[in-house]
Amino acid sequence: MPTHTDSLMIDGVEFTSRLIMGTGGAPSVHGLGEALRASGTELTTVAMRRHSVASSESLFELLLQHSIRVLPNTAGCFTAREAVLTAELAREALETHWIKLEVIADELTLLPDAVELVEATEQLVARGFKVFAYTNDDPVLALRLEHLGAVAVMPLGAPIGTGLGILNRHNIELIVARAGIPVVLDAGIGTASDAALAMELGCDAVLLATAVTRAQNPALMADAFKHAVIAGRRASLAGRIPRRDLALASSPVIGRPDL
Amino acid sequence: MTVTITVNGQSRTVRAGGSVTDLVAQITDRPIDAEGRADDGGRLGVAVARNAAVVPRSQWSCTRFAAGDEVEIVSAVQGG
Repeated sequence: MPTHTDSLMIDGVEFTSRLIMGTGGAPSVHGLGEALRASGTELTTVAMRRHSVASSESLFELLLQHSIRVLPNTAGCFTAREAVLTAELAREALETHWIKLEVIADELTLLPDAVELVEATEQLVARGFKVFAYTNDDPVLALRLEHLGAVAVMPLGAPIGTGLGILNRHNIELIVARAGIPVVLDAGIGTASDAALAMELGCDAVLLATAVTRAQNPALMADAFKHAVIAGRRASLAGRIPRRDLALASSPVIGRPDL
Repeated sequence: MTVTITVNGQSRTVRAGGSVTDLVAQITDRPIDAEGRADDGGRLGVAVARNAAVVPRSQWSCTRFAAGDEVEIVSAVQGG
């Protein structure tokens, strides 16, 4: 089976799982732990906020307990200046150069602000960060971010938390076709088939949070996503049949009895 | 002698000449060594910004507060 050697490499680090989990939206740390375990994830995002003793210690311990690598994000930042400062704080607090860069334009859409995103990527790369750039499903912008030195691009399927799936599969395919760095489908995933589709389109990994943490049974949904990502990846490697307009019999025509 | 600073949006009185290390030790309730690491050997998981500039943990012990300093102490929470 291809999966034994089919690992994901990001910035020289090898991952067996191609499912990256967010931790946002989980009502309890206990429930989150069960979901993370069921998902099989090896990389998980966290946000940086004002310190409160109880919440942060339990989350940090949980990730250490499960040997899950931490990917801090800059969620909630509207400008490159805020994002760079947040990344610097994350690097200090969590001792990692990895940063999931989110620079959003407004609260209603939570869509990335392309101009600030480009500016922040440039500054963070210059400061030695390994940037995972959360971006629009824009093939031109994705390539620009790669050329600026991002280690992964993370195009959205649909706006954060909407569960609308992949709204522009053509653009995602185009991003994948031209990328020289890992492409992680991030945001908009609603259910397992969306994640499978992302992998079938050629994405290297999928990042999701809400679809699991706000599901009625988060651990069961996490398990579903684990299998969906594996299935989609294998389908992508296996090579699907071409689409046809008319039917093609799978049983032989020759030798049909004259009835 | 004390000075008043703002910590995570709230006014707080600290000893004049008090260091970032003192404040982080108080807030996390853990003793901190001169390199800005927890004495108990565990990961501290916090970072400090003073007047919108990060104070690296190696500078905590020699960074003294002045009246009116705006301080943010952050750590990881669920998100993303």
